Amino acid sequence: MIRACRKALAAALLLGAAGAYRAAAAVPERIALGAAKFAFSAAEIRVRKGRPVTLVLSSADFPHGFSIPDFGVRVDLVPGKTVELTFTPDRAGRFVFLCDNFCGEGHDRMTGIVVVTES
Amino acid sequence: MDGERLSRRDFMKIAGLGGLVFASGLPGCATRGQAGAQSDFFFVQLSDVHWGYNNPKVNPEARTSLRRAIAAVNRLEEKPDFVVFTGDLTQTTDDPKVRRQRLAEFREQAAELKVPAVRFFAGEHDASLDRGEAYQEVIGGPLRYTFDHKGVHFIVLDNTSDPAPVLGAAQVEWLKADLAQRKADDPIVVLTHRPLFPLLPQWDWATRDGMAAVEALLPYRNVVVFYGHIHHEHHHRTGHIEHHAARSLMFPLSPVGTAAQKTQLPWNPAQPFDGLGFRGIHASATGAAPRVREQPLAEA
Repeated sequence: MIRACRKALAAALLLGAAGAYRAAAAVPERIALGAAKFAFSAAEIRVRKGRPVTLVLSSADFPHGFSIPDFGVRVDLVPGKTVELTFTPDRAGRFVFLCDNFCGEGHDRMTGIVVVTES
Repeated sequence: MDGERLSRRDFMKIAGLGGLVFASGLPGCATRGQAGAQSDFFFVQLSDVHWGYNNPKVNPEARTSLRRAIAAVNRLEEKPDFVVFTGDLTQTTDDPKVRRQRLAEFREQAAELKVPAVRFFAGEHDASLDRGEAYQEVIGGPLRYTFDHKGVHFIVLDNTSDPAPVLGAAQVEWLKADLAQRKADDPIVVLTHRPLFPLLPQWDWATRDGMAAVEALLPYRNVVVFYGHIHHEHHHRTGHIEHHAARSLMFPLSPVGTAAQKTQLPWNPAQPFDGLGFRGIHASATGAAPRVREQPLAEA
């Protein structure tokens, strides 16, 4: 009886752990990224293939755009507000992100790289 | 993407011509061009002047490049019916006064062109930061418009006066309404600044909703698009519609596929003005595909 209870408890713990793992996997990783003329706060973002990620984006001075063309995602930033962009990279590699709203003479410099690693 | 790159070699091969003259790849263009010789006309495309640009490592002749091009156009043996500047007349600036000053200085120089007419429209450097206010004040005229010349219908599309690289739903509807008045075989030339197709969105070489315009144009058999923005010669086809990017008069940008990131190519003292230039275009009301002559500024 005691052995059976122990087995049931172990199974429940295992199930619980698996459930917790699934819940953790489903929660996107959050990465903050700021934009200001004419750079993003990070030149490189590192994420994992197959894992959802939420970019928490903000702009200090202009309605910059944020775009990762290779993943077909983009959003307009609103100065003074945060905007969230969630996506799941389905390929490993290095991919350009950029401001895609023309913001001035340094607009072409507002780029960075998303590094997607294998999980 | 429904499209294909036409390499310069392919383009020359299609045209069956050597040197700097070539025709676009629409079938039968040579014979139709000959048949309609009486209605042929010639115009010149100048692009991406970026007046006010200042980086001697890239162009130490920034103050003379436009003057050189204008002098070359004025010397052409075959006189163009008109010249069109396809955007980025000036280098952008946050200062509205400087923007107006640059536009005015550009306009004064463009007035030296000895041609019957000069057409303009804005690039993002001219218009994006104030939605075309200074451009319209100094250069004048609408941001999008149409005109007809010797039986060819020209459509100027504005994909730069919004900070976002878009045409906008209203302009797409305006285009459709204009096209509804055309016959399927009318010769149509579209002039715009950015590529309408997604050439390389990673380098901001695209118009987000540009394919809506291409879709609207596809039912028309004789359509060609001339644009600027990418600062080098490039030829591409979406369906039967050919898209031809022009060289800049200020600085060349690294061609597609030749660099990891968009790069202004440095000045080559051994070959001054290398990579800069303009183009002459022979068009025809017969529906013959336009014939294009690239003119390097170094040889001008």
